[in-house]
Amino acid sequence: MGPNGGGKSTLVRLLNGLLVPDSGEVAVAGHDPVTEPFEVRKRTGVLFQNPENGLVAPFVEDDVAFGLENLGVPREEMRRRVAEAIRSVGLSGYERREPHTLSGGEKQRVALAGLLAVEPEVLLLDEPTSMLDAPGRREVLRRIGGLRRSKTVLHVTHHLEELLEADRVLVINGGRLVAEVEPGRLMADAALLEENRLVPPTVPRLAADLGLGSCRTPEDLAGAVLRRVWEGSGAEIR
Amino acid sequence: MAPGAGRGTGQFYPADSPLHALDPRAKILAVAALVVGLFLVDSVAGFLAVGAALLCLVQVSRVPPSTFLRLLRPVAVIVAFTALFQVAFVREGEVVFGLWVFQAHSEGLRLAAHLALRILLLVAAAALLTATTPPLSLSDGIEDLLSPLKRFRFPAHEIAMMMTIALRFIPTLHEEARKIIMAQAARGADFTEGGLIQRVRALVPVLVPLTVGAFRRADELAEAMESRGYRGGEGRTRYRELSFRGRDATALCIAVLIPVGGILL
Repeated sequence: MGPNGGGKSTLVRLLNGLLVPDSGEVAVAGHDPVTEPFEVRKRTGVLFQNPENGLVAPFVEDDVAFGLENLGVPREEMRRRVAEAIRSVGLSGYERREPHTLSGGEKQRVALAGLLAVEPEVLLLDEPTSMLDAPGRREVLRRIGGLRRSKTVLHVTHHLEELLEADRVLVINGGRLVAEVEPGRLMADAALLEENRLVPPTVPRLAADLGLGSCRTPEDLAGAVLRRVWEGSGAEIR
Repeated sequence: MAPGAGRGTGQFYPADSPLHALDPRAKILAVAALVVGLFLVDSVAGFLAVGAALLCLVQVSRVPPSTFLRLLRPVAVIVAFTALFQVAFVREGEVVFGLWVFQAHSEGLRLAAHLALRILLLVAAAALLTATTPPLSLSDGIEDLLSPLKRFRFPAHEIAMMMTIALRFIPTLHEEARKIIMAQAARGADFTEGGLIQRVRALVPVLVPLTVGAFRRADELAEAMESRGYRGGEGRTRYRELSFRGRDATALCIAVLIPVGGILL
């Protein structure tokens, strides 16, 4: 989380050895991405902003297999893992489709399947939903959300509502880590939000403006509003 | 734009035929054998025999003859030109007929017929290959056949990878070109009027953003490939399997026999 040009994408690229740090050291799962990029890349999967330019093969299943081919996985195992990964992103039946016939959200899920097939320990998501329409975004977020229990997920995003479920939020600005907080605390800290040019999502902001405390979902907000109305009107209702 | 160019499958005609089922490597080698053979054939009868054999193969491939002929159309002009040149400029043998300053000599007519038939049959053999082989299999086959050259640092894997990526991005770039053309047209650019030179000139403002966009895509693709552990051909396995079976060997033998028959005639 952090403003444009704050260093979020740079961090992702440093973690994967795509960029080499001028000073300091990077360690991912005990390996240095600069000296052992292959070891790090085996264990991490990066989902980029634009899925269009990340898909390599002319068919969905071949693209999902790309990472496995690079690791030298035997063919039989490759078939099993490709089928499994395509199923896990809900694209069964799309194996022979060509990427240019898919929607943005579907392309991004193909890219995600390509990462999952490799079974990485860490997922690095670099604003994977920023170029998608609303339904595509919801679907991609749903698939990512389902992974959080089994993997370490580092999710770079501009949308505060995408990190409400996160365990920790790191705020990066001007190339520095400026805060490490829980999502709830971040939403409540108007000064921190302001400093880093972050706009809280509509529902919590509305709740705060109405003095209704913290609400995450529209349902929470509706409940809080109802309670306020009941309290105000006393015994007349019910 | 040519119809079907956006499909990205090029000249491939999907069908369920014995030729489609063959290993791409067998088909590539068969075409190579035919090409070499065609240069040794030295009689019109021989060419016609090879042509008849190819016609049979087209029938076997279940590619409709009209579709197949369309694949040959682009070379028709070249064939006609070469033949005309032979007739006009070869001055050996006796004069068969004269027209104003032109004189057609018997040797010229012979060479013209040979050359035209040879080019036509070469292209027909190649068209049969691309019509019955999915492009991805074709690139796998080429990688396999060239892989012995890897020992001499020949980039067989890289060439196949380039073909794969090209196949992946042709439809994407086609779509982008269409968008740019529409955007330019919306701002008053005219691509449909004027002479040839004017139209080519009108395309420059399309090609510049298209090229810049292609470079940007290439950068992002390279990042994605690297981040997915791509290190070139070393230590890589392949998802697709090619299997060279008995019928592939048989097909290859038949392909070698076709020009041999043509040479003997």
